[in-house]
Parts: sequence; structure tokens; C-alpha cells
Amino acid sequence: METFRYLPDVSTLQLDESTCIGCGSCQLVCPHGVFAVEPQGKAKIMDKNGCMECGACAQNCPVNALTVTPGVGCASYIIQVWIKGKDKAACGSIECC
Amino acid sequence: MNILDQKEKGCCGTEKSCGPEAPLQGLQILPVPKVDDEPCCGPPAGPESSPLERPGYMLWHFVEGLINTPAGPVPKVKTVLERPDHLGTARARFGYKRNQYTIAPGLYGVGTPGPESPILVTANYKLSFDSLRKELTGLDSWILVIDTRGINVWCAAGKGTFATSEIARRVRNTNLEKIVNHRELILPQLGAPGVSAHLLKKNCGFKGIWGPIRASDIKAFLNSGKKAPPSMRTATFSMLERLVLVPVEISLIIRPTLWIFLAFFILSGISPDIFSITAAWQRSLMVVAAYIAGVFAGAVAAPALLPWIPSRIFALKGIIIGLLAGAGITAMYWDAIGVLESLTLLLCATAVSSYAAMNFTGATPFTSPSGVEKEMRRFIPVQAVAVVVAAITWIIAPFTT
Repeated sequence: METFRYLPDVSTLQLDESTCIGCGSCQLVCPHGVFAVEPQGKAKIMDKNGCMECGACAQNCPVNALTVTPGVGCASYIIQVWIKGKDKAACGSIECC
Repeated sequence: MNILDQKEKGCCGTEKSCGPEAPLQGLQILPVPKVDDEPCCGPPAGPESSPLERPGYMLWHFVEGLINTPAGPVPKVKTVLERPDHLGTARARFGYKRNQYTIAPGLYGVGTPGPESPILVTANYKLSFDSLRKELTGLDSWILVIDTRGINVWCAAGKGTFATSEIARRVRNTNLEKIVNHRELILPQLGAPGVSAHLLKKNCGFKGIWGPIRASDIKAFLNSGKKAPPSMRTATFSMLERLVLVPVEISLIIRPTLWIFLAFFILSGISPDIFSITAAWQRSLMVVAAYIAGVFAGAVAAPALLPWIPSRIFALKGIIIGLLAGAGITAMYWDAIGVLESLTLLLCATAVSSYAAMNFTGATPFTSPSGVEKEMRRFIPVQAVAVVVAAITWIIAPFTT
């Protein structure tokens, strides 16, 4: 997705390299090629600004070395969160994606 | 309840097949009555019911037979989409009852699948199911449809309905372990935000393997030893992929249209004579035109021209293209309006376009929620100010001439 880039320096993605076991799951599931596993056996965030915070990597990290605040990048959902609060905002009720 | 549940009632799942049975000893089988071509009353009789039909179930047109398995019959589905599929797709794409376009979760088969055939997992949104099965011609395989409440794989994964526990539940419900010898599920990569592949095996005995993003790469993936090159693992957003989303975007954005037009009508009628119906009608048509131009700019032109409009901020892309649209509308009415009214039309088209383009972030496969929130915090105030200024200039314009 090199042709499409979104706002830089906003992603909440974080990798705890000391916990990482270098299994490569994050690299496999990331739809934007954000990760690479280095020869010394640790994953590395290569392109943090390519991250869309989908949460696939964190969900599939067997040692919980990855954290990201996943969410729905949907304007009407975010407006609902602002108005009603995180608990009551429901993506299902407003038909976004 | 789906067709698979029949096995629990003891009808199938035994050694015997489930199809029409051999006549029982001692019973005389009467021939099926022939239908008279020209009946005395009512319209001509329709075709005989399909042997695949079961009392209490609707038979989908895409089922072309039953596959007998040790765990009961499994519907065999076609791999070529037909007229009802295309109509259904069009309906869903235009946002009409899009959240009710579902098929029953459970196991389906393609071709003549056997104990070694791969199992492909997908969502019970029919559009997702169709886009998978149409790529499977000539590939004997099983399709495990899980209950995502009619939502596509990626959105369902984000919402948590395309989930590890749901896949595990379907695997158990369908008695997959009796049907296949292997213990592997091919998962769509875009389901990864909801599924922990490493936890699947513990949950249901089947290991999750991440397949490609696009169903069209499934065959290549299977033929290359279940390895996917980076091109199969990266999301794309081509012109076609963007354009198919436009009708739904429009259907969502125009929902409050009637109220908006009513507001235009009222604002346009305010005049030195308190309220003028003639002015309300004539002037509101101009704002309606600006509004429609704004919707078109933000929800059609912005998605189509996405890579070429400057700026990464969608709201700003909407402003840029909305200014152009607004300028066009202003030029159209140039002889009939003054400076203040021109400003209204320009601002109206721009604000609507900016909002519509900002909403399109939710449909792209590359915008992060943190980024969307950031641009919304900056640009919703801008859009609101534009709307307020537009309303004020529109109201005071009749008093200045």
C-alpha cells in the first residue's frame, strides 16, 4: 500500500522487544507489511506510519509483546463515542462497515 | 438450525444415505401424478419441488446437491454466480437491507470434497461467501461459514464476531473431525484482528493457517504449499475497490437529506416580508444544488480520485474538491445571486464535501482510528463554522439588497 499513506505519527502500536520470541506471526498477519523479523530473531517495526491499528498483530502475538489500541476508523462511530461514551457507542447500530 | 442439525434427530449421519430411500418391503409405491398442462383453474402448475428441499427450510439457488459425509449431508454449492447473486450484490452495495444479507452458518462443499480437502473459513455475509465460492471452480474444498451476524470478514474481525471462539464453536457443531482427516483451517488473513490462530488448536483441535487476503489468490496459495508472497498479504485499494463502496457511502450520507432540505426551505424563505414562499422555493433550490454538488464531490469524486487529490487528510481532500464543486454551482447561478449568496453556496458545498470525504475513512483499508480521530478534532469545527457562516450569509442576503 505504498501509494496510500495516512497521517504519520499517530499509531498506538508498540512492540516490547524483550518479550518478543521472533515467531513472525505479526509479519504474517499484518496487511500493511509493518513488521520484519530480524536475523537475530526479534520482530521489528519497520513502517510504523503504515499501521492502521487493526489489531491483527497483537491478537496473534503468542507472548503479548505487541500492544495497539485497535478500533474502528469510522467517523460516525467516533462521533458516537464522543456523544455517548465508549460503552454505548455501537458500530452495529449505525451501519458503518 | 441448519440442515446439519438433522443428524441429531437420527435421520442422517448413519451408514445410510439421506437421499431418496429404496422402497420398504411390502409397500406399494404409487406413481407420481402427472400434472395436467391446462388445469381447469388457477395459473399453470409450477415445476415439481426439488429433491433437495426439506420441510421448514428455504433452499438457496446456489445449492446444487448434497454431499454425504460421515457427519451427515453437506450442501454442495455452485462456483458460478447467477442472476440472483448479482442482484443481491447490487442490493447490498446500494445499502438496501445490507445487514440482512446472510446465509446459514455451517459447512458447505465445493466440487467433490473428501477427507483430505482443505477447509476455507468465511463470514456469513452472503457477499463474502459469494466472493469466495466464485474463486473455487475446480477446487474440491469445504467452506466453513461462521456466524458473523452478516458482517464481512474484516469488519466482523474488528467487531469481534469473526472470532476464535466462534470458529471453534462451528468446528464442533459441524463435527468437522468426522469429515476430514487433517486438522487445518485456512483462515482469511483479514480475519486476523479477531482471531488468535495460535489459540484455535487448543479450542477445537484444528490449527489455523493464515490464507491470503483475497479469495482470488486461494488457488495459488494452495498450489504453492500454503505459502503467500507479500503481494497476497498486503491490502490494496484499487479504483474498482473504491468505486464499489460509493453507493453505500451515498446511501449513508443522504439519510438526513429530507430534514436538511426542510431547513434550506425555511432559511431561504426568511425575507424582509417575514417569510416568502416564492423565495423559499427559488432560493432553496440553489442550496439544494450546492448540497448535492458537495455530496457528489465528497462521496463520489473524492473516493474515485483519492490518490491524486493533495493531502493525506480526508477532510482536507474533501475541502479541496468541494471548493471546486462549490465554485461550479456559484458560477451556474452567478447572474441571480450576490456576493453573500455566492459565499453560502461555496461554503455549503465545501462543508458537505469535507464531511462526506472524512466519512470515507471508515471504508478504506489503511486509515488508523487514531488518525481519523485526529483529523475529526481538527476539521469538524471547521465544517461547523462553515455551515454557520453559510447560514448567516444566506439569511442576511435578502436584507442587503
